[in-house]
Amino acid sequence: MELPFFYLFSTGIIVASILMVTRANVIHAALLLVLTFFLLSGVYVLAGAEFLAVVQILLYAGGIMVLYLFSIMLMNVDVSVRLRQYHRQTFFVVIIAVALAVEVWLVLARGEAYPDYKGFAWFVGATPGNVEALGSVLYTKYLFPFEVASILLLAAMIGAIVLAKRTIDR
Amino acid sequence: MIPELIAAFLKIALVLGVISLVVAYLTYLERKIIGHIQMRMGPMRVGWHGLLQPIADGLKLFLKEDIIPAKADKIVFVIAPIMVLVPAFVVYSVLPFDKNFYITRVNVGLFLVLAVSSLGVFGIVMAGWASNSKYSLLGAFRSAAQMLSYEIFLGFSLVGPIMLAGSLDFQNIVEAQADVWFVFYQPVAFIVFFIAALAETNRIPFDLPEAETELVAGFHTEYSGMKFAFFFLAEYASIMAISTVGISVFFGGWGGIDAIPLPGIVWYLLKMAVLIFVFIWIRATLPRYRYDQLMRVGWKFMFPLAILNIFVTGLLKLLFI
Repeated sequence: MELPFFYLFSTGIIVASILMVTRANVIHAALLLVLTFFLLSGVYVLAGAEFLAVVQILLYAGGIMVLYLFSIMLMNVDVSVRLRQYHRQTFFVVIIAVALAVEVWLVLARGEAYPDYKGFAWFVGATPGNVEALGSVLYTKYLFPFEVASILLLAAMIGAIVLAKRTIDR
Repeated sequence: MIPELIAAFLKIALVLGVISLVVAYLTYLERKIIGHIQMRMGPMRVGWHGLLQPIADGLKLFLKEDIIPAKADKIVFVIAPIMVLVPAFVVYSVLPFDKNFYITRVNVGLFLVLAVSSLGVFGIVMAGWASNSKYSLLGAFRSAAQMLSYEIFLGFSLVGPIMLAGSLDFQNIVEAQADVWFVFYQPVAFIVFFIAALAETNRIPFDLPEAETELVAGFHTEYSGMKFAFFFLAEYASIMAISTVGISVFFGGWGGIDAIPLPGIVWYLLKMAVLIFVFIWIRATLPRYRYDQLMRVGWKFMFPLAILNIFVTGLLKLLFI
């Protein structure tokens, strides 16, 4: 039952991503990116990570992409559609693409070599659902990285406010 | 496998059918209640006391010419009403109606409802942009800013009750309230939740995205016929969905008082009716907020209040439980 759905979602992701990078209209590209996020959250559900799937929709689709659309809509899309699209990055793009392909292959090969890879063993069993599992692991085993990430985000937030509000009235 | 599938489809068809019908009659209820509050009769012509008015309205909208503006982005213009309607109905897949009557049960139910209902804003933004009209675009901008902000308070206001229930599963949350409803433990959370729910469903006093007096009809100015009806259906469907969330999290869901033996679904419908009446009552009572007032109330008053509520709940839970 899971396999046909997996193929459905993954083909959808590939098709939507290709369509996304080939659209001339930025709004269409952004909407296709939202579709990709959806299908990706479907893959998460199949992998048994319901919490991650919901966070994917809530934060990426429902939060970040709305802000993206918000700022894109302020541009004059009609003009940008008529412009000829070009760039001079072919050389770098090829290097990065090859590096990424090698990285993906290495990760996949590692999965082949160690079929009982225990990286996510905390994830199953023990607690009733993966929300509970995630919560207890985040606040015990991975407390330090979790706190570091939150301080980093706080710093970024304050930085954004300072940049947006150039003149601070005292 | 196959019988289960058929049962699931039947349940979905039942819930969808009932909700579509109830949503149509909510428009009638709203016109009647507001009419009587303003010393009018409301709709009276079609059927006894206007009871067939929603059917007549639906038929009229169905037969109306469907206009797509010449300069509109056609694909996005057509998808937008669907993008509003689908999330509004998808949330019902995890909402609890009775102890044994729900479409499905997932361990992240409440979180899923928040995530899916936050997608409605896409349809509004798409509609505003694709119409290629200044009024629509302004309405869409307001809507995006409003829904993004109030979604945050909505989510944070629910954290307190979740901490008490210790679960994101609706059935567990309802069962945790068998003795005392969470509205008594979490009054502050409920106030924040209710205000955020009003804003999230674009109701007065927060209906800035469609403020008639300044934006014609906001994001759906250019829509007509069934596409227009879709926006309406979605608005009422999300009012019912958010009321169901409120009932399940703060008012004990399908649970009732032991002294009066009624089935759970009746309790649920009774509570729903009261909450929806309050929604309509507020519309007839309050004026619309100004845009800067809306943002100030949200970020400077409700957000700190919601955070404080989480902090106090955590502290009390640590000390006494």
